[in-house]
Amino acid sequence: MKLKNTEALNELKAQSLKLIETRRVTDLVTTKNARGLVRHVMVCGGPGCHSSGSPGIAERLEEELNRVGLSEQVKVFQPGCFGFCEKGPMIEIHPDNITYCEVSEDDVTTIVEEHFIQGNLVDHLLFMDPITKERFPTNIPFYDGQLRIALRNVGYIAPENILEYIAADGYQALAKVLFSMTPLDVIDVIKESGLRGRGGAGFPTGLKWEFTRKSPADQRYIICNADEGDPGAFMDRSVLEGDPHSVLEAMIIAGSAIGASEGFIYVRAEYPAAIRRLLIAIAQAREYGLLGKAILGSDFSFDIELKYGAGAFVCGEETALIHSIEGARGEPSVKPPFPAQKGLWGKPTCVNNVETLANIPPIILKGAEWFNAVGTEKSKGTKVFALAGKVNNVGLVEVPMGTTLRQIIFEIGGGIKQRKTFKAAQTGGPSGGCIPTKYLDSPIDYESLTAIGSMMGSGGLIVLDEDDCMVNIAKYFQEFTMDESCGRCTACRVGTKRLYEILTKITEGKGTLEDLENMEKLCHIIKDTALCGLGQSAPNPILSTLKYFREEYLAHIVDKTCPAGVCKSLLKYEITDKCVGCTLCVKKCPMNCISGVTKKRHVIDQERCLKCGACMEQCRVVGAIIRH
Amino acid sequence: MCDTASPNKFVQKLDDYIDSLTYKKENLIGVLHYAQEIYGYLPDNVQWHIAQKLDIPSATVYGVVTFYSFFTMIPRGEHVVNVCTGTACFVRGAEKLKGELENQLKIKAGETTTDNLFTLETLRCVGACGLAPVMIVDGKVHGRMNEAQHINEVLAKYRPEI
Repeated sequence: MKLKNTEALNELKAQSLKLIETRRVTDLVTTKNARGLVRHVMVCGGPGCHSSGSPGIAERLEEELNRVGLSEQVKVFQPGCFGFCEKGPMIEIHPDNITYCEVSEDDVTTIVEEHFIQGNLVDHLLFMDPITKERFPTNIPFYDGQLRIALRNVGYIAPENILEYIAADGYQALAKVLFSMTPLDVIDVIKESGLRGRGGAGFPTGLKWEFTRKSPADQRYIICNADEGDPGAFMDRSVLEGDPHSVLEAMIIAGSAIGASEGFIYVRAEYPAAIRRLLIAIAQAREYGLLGKAILGSDFSFDIELKYGAGAFVCGEETALIHSIEGARGEPSVKPPFPAQKGLWGKPTCVNNVETLANIPPIILKGAEWFNAVGTEKSKGTKVFALAGKVNNVGLVEVPMGTTLRQIIFEIGGGIKQRKTFKAAQTGGPSGGCIPTKYLDSPIDYESLTAIGSMMGSGGLIVLDEDDCMVNIAKYFQEFTMDESCGRCTACRVGTKRLYEILTKITEGKGTLEDLENMEKLCHIIKDTALCGLGQSAPNPILSTLKYFREEYLAHIVDKTCPAGVCKSLLKYEITDKCVGCTLCVKKCPMNCISGVTKKRHVIDQERCLKCGACMEQCRVVGAIIRH
Repeated sequence: MCDTASPNKFVQKLDDYIDSLTYKKENLIGVLHYAQEIYGYLPDNVQWHIAQKLDIPSATVYGVVTFYSFFTMIPRGEHVVNVCTGTACFVRGAEKLKGELENQLKIKAGETTTDNLFTLETLRCVGACGLAPVMIVDGKVHGRMNEAQHINEVLAKYRPEI
């Protein structure tokens, strides 16, 4: 059924509202009152919950509801990511507004019996505050301080049903753009909103659109960069899987604003679920006349094609990405000319990141002032972070720009795992840096992160604790960029390898002070001479750790120790005279290199010891095995 | 061109796919994805065939195949075991997990067991950071793989019953 005009879209919206009505109830409906109403069970389908078996839970719920004859009154859905990955698999029940955490297939019978038949809460599945032990049926503290704009529909609508998206104001912004705004109006709104590229560099989106529009050409292209390669970042994936239509709608809007009739989504082949959802969404949008010829009966035509990446981090760089779409090796080229002037097949091309695009429809609908009221002076709106590492509440969080790291890590994130000490937060992935404790209270935006030697990046936020060795972390990222360097320019191809070699030397206890000096020099040379963003930012992890954790480098080089106890070549395990001779370690040692008999002090054969630490983990006597 | 896998086996399927495309050369990466899906890997003779069919130098095809880590020229075992080496997994013990897998499978990352049952590889981030460290067997994610015994139990599911 092709929609011919705005009225048809509005009519369809009115009809579709009932699909999500149950979920829109904001007042808390008690579980007892909710009996008799049609209820929606949302089973989180985010990557984390999916991996821990949420599809099986959804299936079991349906079976069980069917068995007790409630399948008409209770409907099961699998939307996108709820964000609170730590407590997954999660389910939400509407309109009761109840969230259950860490649900397993075995809990399904209890939930159906207690919650749906008896009308009672299943207490042991409610979120429990780890400190106060208080149970939260709803309003889990994890969501306090969050503001969902880019993720507004993720976890809320069923991503494979265009009608739910339409019911949630979907394609309204497109109708507004097509029928009551000129392309220049649209560009002005985006410029005024202050929206900047969420892929990392933070270039103002409105300006990018304007430049592309101003480049004279018979054809222009819009590309959605969905090649999320930053290890530890999964925000784009969550948008693509949880709300694919918002990306399509934004691309069509961008197309009409810059004068493009064709768009491409460059998506990682490693994200099969995102690809599947996008294909479904594209087919549905075409079916409803929202994509293709004469969109909504207007004179504007636009179509979208998917292009698959093939596992190359550098393809997140826009010129490399364009070459990859053209079917070539994904090597970057020198800018200028910028893609806005000469991009895909030599035509002006606008490349926008997934999260950037997801912000567009609400900006058009609610206006630039609504959007730029959120955030800091130069960074407007919100940012999605993939919070991971040594933090209690791993998950996907969207916060206003200007939120401090402390709020994200200690309030939303619930602090450090096992009550250890916070050491640093790594942002910006392999292009970013490590932020030490003293900057925990600085507000996060593009400028402040760059000022302290890191960068926003795509939004990976990895929390490190006292057990992480900063030299080893720098080495990890250097290995990554060395692997991913495309080889086009010498500075990056050779430079990252040399940096990696020096770091390896240091972690093996063979580094010298001269190495440290040379490494620092080399970092600056690479920064100044590499061809593209990947190379130019490759030394950042080293430079920022050198800046804030130089004493750790010195410990490795001068004292030949690894303070965090990570670098194996610098470790030594020894059994002290506190040993009671229980033989636990003897049994556990994978190398069988601990000798000793019952009730006599054991000895580790240092020659053969792998330094795996298995003995120390096993030992029950404090101080009997020491590591130094 | 002395590879044992015959490109003739699925060649019709591959040709039909290429014929169905509006743009040919521009879709080289898409064609390679399709070919790897049907052959499991991209041996010389398959690359050669694609070059002929798309009318481009085989060096270009080889250049693209070797550039992208998703493409492989070595056949894989029946089950592909991947260790996620994304940052979240890295700080929560991915190295240890990789070491344990190498130990249990008696191969190094990038190799295939002699019985052709398992290939061990690493990849960057599957987005299941909440479950770190994770291993992925044939696309299925197994989380919180800290214990040797758990790893063993997962692998056992993929071994044929004796």
